[in-house]
Amino acid sequence: MTTMTYADAVDAGLAAAMERDDRVITFGEDVRLLRRTTLVRFGPDRVLDTPISEAGFVYMGLGAAMGGLRPVVEVMLVDFLTAAWCPLINNVAKYEAFSGGIQRAPLVIRASIGGGYGDGGQHEQTLWGSMAAIPGLKVVVPSTPADAAGLMVAAVEDGGPVVYLEHKLLGEVWLDVLAGSRRLGMSFDIPPDGASGEVPESIAATPIGQAALRRDGGDVALISAGVGVHRALEAAERLAGSGVQAAVLDLRSIAPLDTAAILELAARTGHVVVVDEDYVRGGLTGEIAALIAEQRIDARFARVAVEETIPFARHLESAVLPNTDRIVAAAEHCLDLQGRSA
Amino acid sequence: MRRSNRPTGPALERAYEQMARMRAVEEAQIRLWDEGLVPGELHTAVGEEGIVAGVLANLTPDDALALDHRPTPALIGRRVDPEALLLEIMGHADGMNRGRGGHMHLFAPEQRAAGDGMVGSSGPLACGLALAGRRERPGSVAVAFFGEAATNEGHMMEAFNLASAWRLPVLFVCKDNSWSITTRSSEVTGGKLMDRARAFGLTAAKADGQRVDEVQATAGRLIARMRAGKGPAFLHATCYRPDGHFTTDVLVRLISDPRREAGEIAPPLIAALRAPGGNRSERVAALTTLTRRIGALAVHHARGRRDPLARARRGIGGPAAARIDLRVESEIGEAERSARQRMTGTPAVPELGAAPVLDTTPARDRTMSNGGAR
Repeated sequence: MTTMTYADAVDAGLAAAMERDDRVITFGEDVRLLRRTTLVRFGPDRVLDTPISEAGFVYMGLGAAMGGLRPVVEVMLVDFLTAAWCPLINNVAKYEAFSGGIQRAPLVIRASIGGGYGDGGQHEQTLWGSMAAIPGLKVVVPSTPADAAGLMVAAVEDGGPVVYLEHKLLGEVWLDVLAGSRRLGMSFDIPPDGASGEVPESIAATPIGQAALRRDGGDVALISAGVGVHRALEAAERLAGSGVQAAVLDLRSIAPLDTAAILELAARTGHVVVVDEDYVRGGLTGEIAALIAEQRIDARFARVAVEETIPFARHLESAVLPNTDRIVAAAEHCLDLQGRSA
Repeated sequence: MRRSNRPTGPALERAYEQMARMRAVEEAQIRLWDEGLVPGELHTAVGEEGIVAGVLANLTPDDALALDHRPTPALIGRRVDPEALLLEIMGHADGMNRGRGGHMHLFAPEQRAAGDGMVGSSGPLACGLALAGRRERPGSVAVAFFGEAATNEGHMMEAFNLASAWRLPVLFVCKDNSWSITTRSSEVTGGKLMDRARAFGLTAAKADGQRVDEVQATAGRLIARMRAGKGPAFLHATCYRPDGHFTTDVLVRLISDPRREAGEIAPPLIAALRAPGGNRSERVAALTTLTRRIGALAVHHARGRRDPLARARRGIGGPAAARIDLRVESEIGEAERSARQRMTGTPAVPELGAAPVLDTTPARDRTMSNGGAR
């Protein structure tokens, strides 16, 4: 095991994949500078800068995958990936199904996500629910350095299209580049266990579609992904102070969902709170509620998600993003214990 | 270029005053950002004032502006209240958009101007503004401001075609600083932008963005054609931005303080060179790629010390410039002091110096010399 940052772990996962398979290349906006350690290890033929042409280079990634490469296409922020919604949703996601399974698209689309550093609603979305809704796309969201490395290896080895989303609040490179995090008077609520942690020397694939139980408890299940997992762990700690035992499930993959793990926890605790940094409507929270209802599991349900355009002002942003106070309040509401935990 | 078109005397003084106001607001933003009062990214437009002021001098209140992620000089030029703007970029409830937009997403419907953080959005938005303007305010035009990297977005090229096919009165203003974030634009752009614009049927002209008089004259000629119903145009104006893409630009940091930054950047690179991967020649090629890029920025930095404000100041003479600087300091300095005070609740230290002149030291280092952040 080596201790490394989340950002270094993403790079380590990509490097492991590139070392094992020389068909793996990476391209995207500014990658030669942003991924400079990858550049000096593997050379400029395998690490390429693109113009700011997201639709074009996502299509190009699909073509390269069909042509025999294993591209990791980086779109700086997921918000910019919407400029490539057409290739992502109409092409990348569809070809395997259209071809009766004979046309594979071994492609990773990589983008940074999430808020909490004051960049406003055009640069802080997660959008994972919208992408997870599309048949043919896998969507993974690592919340720890170990999973950041393991899921990158898994995404490259998967053989089909995988959207790999890394949270900016966990990647110090992003915060330094985007927000000047080392300024005096500027602080961000960075989960320490997400930003840095142990990664195995030899990086193995983290299975896609397998959730991880980060904390066990029998009273209520807090289900989340990305930074939300760490907020849920903080909330669980506070709930424990008032005698409530909360389990925390890290989904790790939004598509496919680990349905078995979700249903087991829902049945066992009878109380489910989904913590989702994506929009509340038409997304992950509603999907999990539906899964539980479809199985006729008798569980109380609450959700903490983004309910409006993320505002720029820090205090407003903080209120709109899922925070620990909101999670504790939602759990207490679920358990009819309003106001118990300080 | 006909010399007679160029503003001189009082007209050049007006252009200088506009640029000085714009510069003062950019510098106020940088100070507030350095103090930790502005969250997130800050993309400054220091160095673009010659282009913006030159174009704006030709516009009327009926004309509309689609701005990019560096929208503030144009808004200041359109007389948006500087204090409301500064409050907004700090996320104050009394900001021009109630603290909900921030510096990239600024909306001033009364001034017919809006900024946006999505690269290339200003082109097609300006087509829509022009379509509306043609019906609602005949003779008006719409202006799109964007960087040269945005011309590689598909929707920007679609906008060129839309404007041309529908003969919309759009002036596409390309502010070319030759860098696409931290990638050299020449390495990711095929052909010449002037040729590209002409291929779409746009009337195209060039201007040196460090000469506000030249921009004003060239834009004036293009806009006059557009008002006469002769279709859209493309203005390719070069500029130099000492702060790079944003206030945290890695490359700018590296060339402005190589020792400190190299100390952070080099160790992981050396470790990576020792790790398994490509062969020796691939690694050498990779290192060459990186060092060439840094070298290119250093050359660009050294060449780029021409400042649109300094240039205009020479044109109008020292005494006139000093009078204007005093007025600007009084207006913008007061807005900054008041905004800071309302944000922090404490009286600000009166620290605004003399006239704004392009300081080629990046924002971060200016702060360092003031004993500020980092």
